[in-house]
Amino acid sequence: MTPDAFANLADMLRRRSGLVLTPDKIQLANSRLAPVAHLFGFKGVAALLAEFPHPREEIAQAVTEAMTTNETSFFRDRDPFNHFRDILLPALTIARAGRRRLRIWCAAGSTGQEAYSLAMILDEASLAAFDWRIDLIATDLSAAAIARAKDGVYSQFEVQRGLPIQSLLKNFTQEGNQWRVSDRLRRMVSFRTFNLLDDFGWLGEIDLVFCRNVLLYFDGPSRTMIFAKLADILASDGTLVLGATESADAFAAVSDAPRGFFVRPRGAATRATVLAG
Amino acid sequence: MKHCLVVDDSRVIRKVACRILESLQFATEEAEDGAAALDACRNKMPDVILLDWQMPNMTGIEFLRTLRRQNDGTAPIVVFCTTENDVGHITEALNAGANEYIMKPFDREILEAKLAQVGLL
Repeated sequence: MTPDAFANLADMLRRRSGLVLTPDKIQLANSRLAPVAHLFGFKGVAALLAEFPHPREEIAQAVTEAMTTNETSFFRDRDPFNHFRDILLPALTIARAGRRRLRIWCAAGSTGQEAYSLAMILDEASLAAFDWRIDLIATDLSAAAIARAKDGVYSQFEVQRGLPIQSLLKNFTQEGNQWRVSDRLRRMVSFRTFNLLDDFGWLGEIDLVFCRNVLLYFDGPSRTMIFAKLADILASDGTLVLGATESADAFAAVSDAPRGFFVRPRGAATRATVLAG
Repeated sequence: MKHCLVVDDSRVIRKVACRILESLQFATEEAEDGAAALDACRNKMPDVILLDWQMPNMTGIEFLRTLRRQNDGTAPIVVFCTTENDVGHITEALNAGANEYIMKPFDREILEAKLAQVGLL
């Protein structure tokens, strides 16, 4: 990959998705783009990148999706889900008892494991039986990831990474070597393709945002903009969940929660004050 | 240090499992079938047993039923690790007192995740 080709690729990725591609990722880019080159009939990655800086839209989309990281698993890292189940959900149930409505967004939902993990916890809590309306929204930049999430079919390896065997039997049906998530759980989650650089207005007010291990791949200005938009949509007592190693300057870390849990700082009622903080 | 008994008639599987377990700070012991596993348990009861299903002399499920009839029937933790990957076998194992179930093939990540789920990591 020539320096010019790499620069064109990095520039397109930053513009389209906010993702930062550093020179140490050249080998990764080569391996991830080889299938894309093959798919579109190019002889190799060099020929694919010769289309840049102005590739056709479908090529640009496929390249962007290929360069995103979709690493995920059911109940990944356990602690955030245990905290949600044991502390956050009971607290929200009390705080929202009046209107009986809860809105949760998995902002980088990948292939669905995170959203379905939350759905299992919510299902166990049986809130729907008490006339609660739960909006569980899962989005991802990758249309392919969202298609897999909607399909809800996972390999034997995938279901064994984080999913207790009792949960597997309760919530999935076996189809050969694969496991299909139950219709009950699938009906609980709304999946859609969404770019975090786009407007958040359609989401409305959200009580809990899971945005784990994604913003660390974004450039600084994009990250700042996304945190500002998150502050706009998050309920005043809402919670933002990032990865354990991530920080969010405009938010305050929750002291008695696992690392990665944040709330809006006190008095940050508007976007302007959040940004100033 | 937790003690894990690895019960499998495949020497290769036992070695692979022991290597992963030792890297997770477990002390390991091996048995090649259910009868040998019962002897090992009489000698020293482990904290956890990683248990294959199909073995000569005594199968995994026969071993588990015998084990659960002893003492108070709850200890030690038993994690099946087998190619018997259908819902019927999984249900039978859980009904017989298995705590978790690994469908072969497995890797370090799966074994680590299952041990965490039973509270050993």
